[in-house]
Amino acid sequence: MSPPSLYALVGIGLFTLGLYALIVHTHLLRKILAINVMGSGVFLVLVALAARAREAAPDPVPHAMVITGIVVAVSATALALALMVRVRAETGRAELPEKRPE
Amino acid sequence: MKKTMNLKPMTEGGKIRTPLRLLLIVLLSALAAGLGYAVSTLSSQAPGLSEWVAANLESSGVSNPVTAVLLNFRGYDTVLEMGVLLVALLGVWSLGGIPEQRESSAGPVLDMLSRLLVPVLILVAGYLLWAGADAPGGAFQAGSVLGAAGVLLLLAGWRPEPRFAGLPLRIILTMGLGLFVVMGIVSMLMGGRLLQYPRSFAGVLILLIEAAATLSIGMTLAALFRGSRPGAKLDR
Repeated sequence: MSPPSLYALVGIGLFTLGLYALIVHTHLLRKILAINVMGSGVFLVLVALAARAREAAPDPVPHAMVITGIVVAVSATALALALMVRVRAETGRAELPEKRPE
Repeated sequence: MKKTMNLKPMTEGGKIRTPLRLLLIVLLSALAAGLGYAVSTLSSQAPGLSEWVAANLESSGVSNPVTAVLLNFRGYDTVLEMGVLLVALLGVWSLGGIPEQRESSAGPVLDMLSRLLVPVLILVAGYLLWAGADAPGGAFQAGSVLGAAGVLLLLAGWRPEPRFAGLPLRIILTMGLGLFVVMGIVSMLMGGRLLQYPRSFAGVLILLIEAAATLSIGMTLAALFRGSRPGAKLDR
């Protein structure tokens, strides 16, 4: 197995772990963290697949996408955290209700 | 007003019953196996678009391929990304602000450290911006370093002067996106396509746009960290 695909498999593992945590946990902060772990997995897959170029230098297009993606992920996380703080201020808790309202 | 986030332990927080949880694990394992199979069967040699980028690098105005892709070949990606940053900041500001966590002053170590580190961080950001033309670096890296300097200042208790927090702040925040859009429109008016820079001074234009984008990104990240709109009264 070549190193690029090993890194890509690790990225898929991170993505799946993040997805599991996103579904299982009810606390919003944990959900935000889970989404970030998922994003890191996707970035790792993209960077790993970029290393399959024949020359010494990797494919620059996925790298550019990852740079863009990191900044977008940071700003989306900030927005999510602000929403969470607001939810906490309105309802007193930062968790999703365990029972669905009828 | 100090509240600690109440992170409950996992066993208490997740109330999903065990059979459902097992089913979830099985489904996610299947997903991971499928994705892993898809990735591992890809050919280990795939140039992707790197050959096209290498062939056209001459005409881009910079010699770092990642910067060439970000600012020239796929410039519209970067335009929209600056837009996302701005929209995220608008969203955070429109939520009515986040109460300041603490009013107490930072300790002497943080105070001293921020005085030492912030000028260095600004220098590093300038270097990264300049080096981005032919080495790893560029507007995003420089903007992140600048944002880190802003976060450090905010942690140390620094707040922008009211005089600066109004219009000048907003001009810096929108400068990157604004200059980018203006460049795109000008390049269209001059007979090219959107963001098709004239070949002879593409390098200068890219550096100019990157400088504006660096300031905007750094300022936006620091403003996102602060949360509430400077000068805004908390509505609660």
